[in-house]
Amino acid sequence: MTDTTLEFAPAAEPLEKNYLNEETTLWSWLTTTDHKRIGILYTLSITFFFFIGGLAIGVVRLELMTPHADIVSAEAYNRLFSLHGIIMVWFFLVPSIPTTLGNFLVPMMIGAHDVAFPRLNLLSWYLFMLGALFTLYVLIAGGVDTGWTFYTPLSTSYATGHVAAAAAGVFVAGFSTIATGVNFVATIHMLRAPGMTWFRLPLFVWSMYAVSLVMLLATPVLAMTLLLIFAERVFGMPVFDPAQGGDPLLFQHLFWFYSHPAVYIMILPAMGVVSEIFTCFARRRIFGYTFMVYALLAIAVVGFMVWGHHMFVAGQSALADLVFSFLSFIVAVPSAIKVFNWTATLYRGQISFEAPMLYAMGFLALFTLGGLTGLHLASVPLDIHLHDTYFVIAHFHFIMVGGTVSAFLGGIHYWWPKFTGRMYPESWARFAAITMSIGFITTFLPQYVMGYAGMPRRYQIYLPQFQIYHVISSVGAMILAVAYIMPLLYLGWSLLYGRRAGSNPWGATGLEWQTSSPPPKENFHGTPRVVEGPYVYHDAETASGSEQAAPRPQGAHR
Amino acid sequence: MSDSATILREPWPNIERQRYGAAFGIWIFLVTEMLFFGALFLNYAVNRSLHPEAFRIASHETDIVYGTANTLILLTSSLVMTLAERVAAANWRRLALTCLIVTASLGLAFLVVKGFEYSDDLSKGLLPGPNFALEPPSTQLFWGLYWIMTVVHAIHLTVGIGLVVWLSVLIARRVVPLGTTASEVISLYWHFVDVIWLTVYALIYLPGVA
Repeated sequence: MTDTTLEFAPAAEPLEKNYLNEETTLWSWLTTTDHKRIGILYTLSITFFFFIGGLAIGVVRLELMTPHADIVSAEAYNRLFSLHGIIMVWFFLVPSIPTTLGNFLVPMMIGAHDVAFPRLNLLSWYLFMLGALFTLYVLIAGGVDTGWTFYTPLSTSYATGHVAAAAAGVFVAGFSTIATGVNFVATIHMLRAPGMTWFRLPLFVWSMYAVSLVMLLATPVLAMTLLLIFAERVFGMPVFDPAQGGDPLLFQHLFWFYSHPAVYIMILPAMGVVSEIFTCFARRRIFGYTFMVYALLAIAVVGFMVWGHHMFVAGQSALADLVFSFLSFIVAVPSAIKVFNWTATLYRGQISFEAPMLYAMGFLALFTLGGLTGLHLASVPLDIHLHDTYFVIAHFHFIMVGGTVSAFLGGIHYWWPKFTGRMYPESWARFAAITMSIGFITTFLPQYVMGYAGMPRRYQIYLPQFQIYHVISSVGAMILAVAYIMPLLYLGWSLLYGRRAGSNPWGATGLEWQTSSPPPKENFHGTPRVVEGPYVYHDAETASGSEQAAPRPQGAHR
Repeated sequence: MSDSATILREPWPNIERQRYGAAFGIWIFLVTEMLFFGALFLNYAVNRSLHPEAFRIASHETDIVYGTANTLILLTSSLVMTLAERVAAANWRRLALTCLIVTASLGLAFLVVKGFEYSDDLSKGLLPGPNFALEPPSTQLFWGLYWIMTVVHAIHLTVGIGLVVWLSVLIARRVVPLGTTASEVISLYWHFVDVIWLTVYALIYLPGVA
């Protein structure tokens, strides 16, 4: 299997020293430049924010059980969903996969000892934490009520919450994103191991490359936009103020020029993760590797040209509507290619259903549904009906939660043995994965229905005929909460009591599996040499593949 | 003592690759800076096309003397920064250090001139707000952008001055060798801040005299 594809300096006997136990003081963690440790720091930080953001929306869902205002004031309600959006977008989803799995895996997958600029990488985490402090301040000081979109003139002139602090927090966190992007691009360009040509890169690395490009080109625009909001609100500079002739629509253009590509910042890494998982658990080469690569890049590029579809009802010209609508349909094509290719990868594979595979399957189904409903929204006449309804909410949660969070959790489970050297409890994990899918569908499927029927987003008090959907949705959210808390518990348990994993429990290809678990500080003993492409789970010539597929390792799972 | 003395850091296989990587990294960062300022310039373009008359009136109030003086100062500083690089390559330590100090001083001079200009602007009531001196109201858009652009640029320049001073101190104390990788990175950043100023100069000062 993989022994024939990769040549190494002979690995030492069972490694006592690895990146986790090399040094164990808190100080050694806070000053580390090891990409693996920084990945862990990020994982802990964003997990914390994930639960804060989840708590905020938990209260909202509880409130929405009845059509009246029951437990929070209207003001508090606005602040809760705004906080949910701001935290989930900038302190969980955008950094989620790149800074955790990406930081840990990109250097390992290309056979490097670290990212190109290890100290910049650490700085990125500190910037993230600084931004996080601002956000925590906003949280404690009483919140912000603009929604995550900071639309002007609400955010600059009328909102009563802590807009400036929230904008500052996102601004600072943006620089951590840029630092990560610079690092990944430089790393992937310059530190590939001998023989690791561009078209031998695992798709996860390609997805990190594509997402870094988007991060680098989109984030600075958001940074400037937030700076302008800040200047207007704090220093009274008229930038978007219509009273002085300023143009609030210009704000929307600038904001969505970042925030639509930001959706691809969230989903591209997820596509990378599931490509690794599908191939491993179906024991198949990826179907159409080159197409998959170009699809990633096409999504990254075309994703920059569709932001206007957020503004169909904002008073854009009819021509602009037409062009943005057309381009939004175009961007669905590479996504569809990917869905077809994943499905074709599974065809005649020897599929087994470990937890990562269940999460990946969940991704495939939910992402497809979310993507298809995106086409509804890309069509101008339908969007005029659906704009600012729960249909939109359901659509982007299918992509971001059904897609990205599924893939994130799948990735965490898949590489958990590599991160920690321990196996997680498989049955619990399968149970959690299935619970998540059930909880997710229960929460968000009714939102499509009520959105189509006219339930607007961000309303605390609604018409009684929508109550049934809200109740189902809130019950689903509770199931979802259980599904998210479970991994926290059993993964924590497995840190201490999990079975030792060994270097390659899944029998996966890829350089990261060729070193011990947890890996040594320098990742590899010696420099790996690469002589074949990724995903060599069977001979390339055998189209059917199933007979000659690489055998599974014994005892690691099932 | 120039190249060979640069410290090789993880994860680079050799010095050349490390130098190349650092330059590559700063170029990527400068691309993001272009988009950062790009959003600002777009804002200017949109508002100027919406309010051409107000922008004409407002831009007449900028002081071309300050602007031109500062442009000359910054262009000279970039020249000296380049000289520092060349001299360092020839291993003329003293002269290279002098060049770096002159560069930083010119940057400082820019900020001083800018300070005088700001105080003039304030006394002429050109800070947007209730006591703004000009009519119609959309002239405030121009001056809002004036303050934001120049302040953001000045912050960038201040960072640049800090980096150049830091580099000179390290070189003077022989902590890092002459011609270290950092000097190339800092120099690229310095030139970039200069280029941004040229754009700001064209957008803010030149329309007033056209």
